[in-house]
Amino acid sequence: MKKKIHWAPYLLIMPAVLFVLLVVAYPVLNSIGMSFQNYNLMIPGVRGFVGFKNYITVLTDSLFYQSLLNTVIWVVFGVGFQFIFGFILALILNTSFHARGAIRATVLVPWVTPGVLIGLMWSWMYDGNYGVINDVLHKLGIINKFIPFLANPSTALPSVIVTIVWQGIPFFAIMLLAGLQAIPNELYEAADVDGCSRIRKLFNITIPSMKNTIFVTTMLRIIWVANSIDVIFSMTGGGPGYSTHTLSVYAFKKAYGTLDFGIASTLSIMLTLLLMIVEFFYLKNFFKDAE
Amino acid sequence: MKKESVLSKIFLFFIPLTLILIFTLFPFYWTLITSIKTPKEIFQLTYWPHSVSFSNYIKLFTQSDYLICLRNSFLVAACTTLVTLCTTLLAAYAFSRYRFKGKKAFLTIFLMINMFPSVLLLVPLFAIMRNLHILYTPGALILAYSTFTIPFSVWMLTGFLNDLPSALEEAAMVDGCNRPKAFVRIILPIAVPGIVATGVYIFINAWNEYTYAVMFTNNTSRTIPVFLKLLVGEFNIDWGLLTAGGIITILPICIMFMFVQKSLIQGLTAGAVKG
Repeated sequence: MKKKIHWAPYLLIMPAVLFVLLVVAYPVLNSIGMSFQNYNLMIPGVRGFVGFKNYITVLTDSLFYQSLLNTVIWVVFGVGFQFIFGFILALILNTSFHARGAIRATVLVPWVTPGVLIGLMWSWMYDGNYGVINDVLHKLGIINKFIPFLANPSTALPSVIVTIVWQGIPFFAIMLLAGLQAIPNELYEAADVDGCSRIRKLFNITIPSMKNTIFVTTMLRIIWVANSIDVIFSMTGGGPGYSTHTLSVYAFKKAYGTLDFGIASTLSIMLTLLLMIVEFFYLKNFFKDAE
Repeated sequence: MKKESVLSKIFLFFIPLTLILIFTLFPFYWTLITSIKTPKEIFQLTYWPHSVSFSNYIKLFTQSDYLICLRNSFLVAACTTLVTLCTTLLAAYAFSRYRFKGKKAFLTIFLMINMFPSVLLLVPLFAIMRNLHILYTPGALILAYSTFTIPFSVWMLTGFLNDLPSALEEAAMVDGCNRPKAFVRIILPIAVPGIVATGVYIFINAWNEYTYAVMFTNNTSRTIPVFLKLLVGEFNIDWGLLTAGGIITILPICIMFMFVQKSLIQGLTAGAVKG
């Protein structure tokens, strides 16, 4: 038997770890540092350490709180509806039928489509003058006049939420489908013997058995949707009137638009911290009532 | 369960499935027909083109920078995939086959990285790229994309390798093979579907990415998502051109995805279900 070489695993993970150190660890520390600095590329004269000034600026900024509120609405409804419809789709795909493989592959296409393209496709559909959504709603008699969905502050956020739900349903569907398929049939057969109704089976057997899968999937999606920029940015740019401004869009605009790296870093760090807090409480509560 | 009435089958299965299929596929259909309509008909809201014209596609390839962006996207995505797979395959082998101090910590760290928003890394990466003089080169994007491709790839490949029993290489090593040889001769061939699936997913993600791309490219190194977004002008948008660009962009992805979707989904869901 060969003698175990003890340094081998460390050597093997070295390239990946080095990469991560270079492009993740170092930038994160850098970001934290920048958040305490006045660092605006457009105002090169004023540069330097300013302590918590950026944080105070952000925390007294009403736009920050509006973005925060938008982010909460965005995540709650975005992930919520992704989950509901993804679950329905997973239930449908769980029955075996002839074209199941092909159908499953087809419904996954939104998942691999670029966020920018998704935003632009839906922008065209939502168009206030030539949009197909307006046309269909009008033909069905639901609306009288075409609605400029993305130009109206009260309809913009719901509209982009529909789009992000469209994007996220496939991911939920395949993850939840895997969870569904892992549930042993005996559980259902026992319930059948007891004359359980379909709905009772769903809530008393299916969902509890999938707790792990549901938790992991929703946690991943909360992070992903909260951090998402492409879709909103390509549809509304954060407008109209900041109605679709989420925290990540706000931070991105500060970095990309106004080149205010200091504030952008501050916003990003606050977003990261908020996410960590949410995840922590989510983790705690999810498994609290499990046993 | 066998005595499904036809009625319940229709309501609980066919109707929801059809509705979901329409909801999922309609945006693509609409984009496709918009791209092949004549400029005039685009504004006529027809649901089936009265006349088919490929003028938008011709314009896309001859009068815009699309081909350059296509090349850039392909270059960046391919290199990102290659670099990521090489580094993470080694790491995944270590995580899968060895027990060593700090293994759990490292694995957790790779998982935690996914939590960082891309905006957090955007600003410092910009500064780093500038200092390394690789800003506005494909290298900048390849480096930036590894921030999310490496953690994901480590996770996926470790999962795939875990499914292959180490008894396989051990048998080869008893016969005199050393570890690297056993890996290349025995494990690699069997792990190919998983590696390819992971590689395709990395490729697709690099292909689709926008936030880093828009910060780290200029007009020579631009990638497709940035190109598409830039077609949105201040006053009017050439929807025909845009939709044509969109269709061409998703075609290669769809094809690649169709080939690997089975193993990809397997790898993804295995981790989630087992917890």
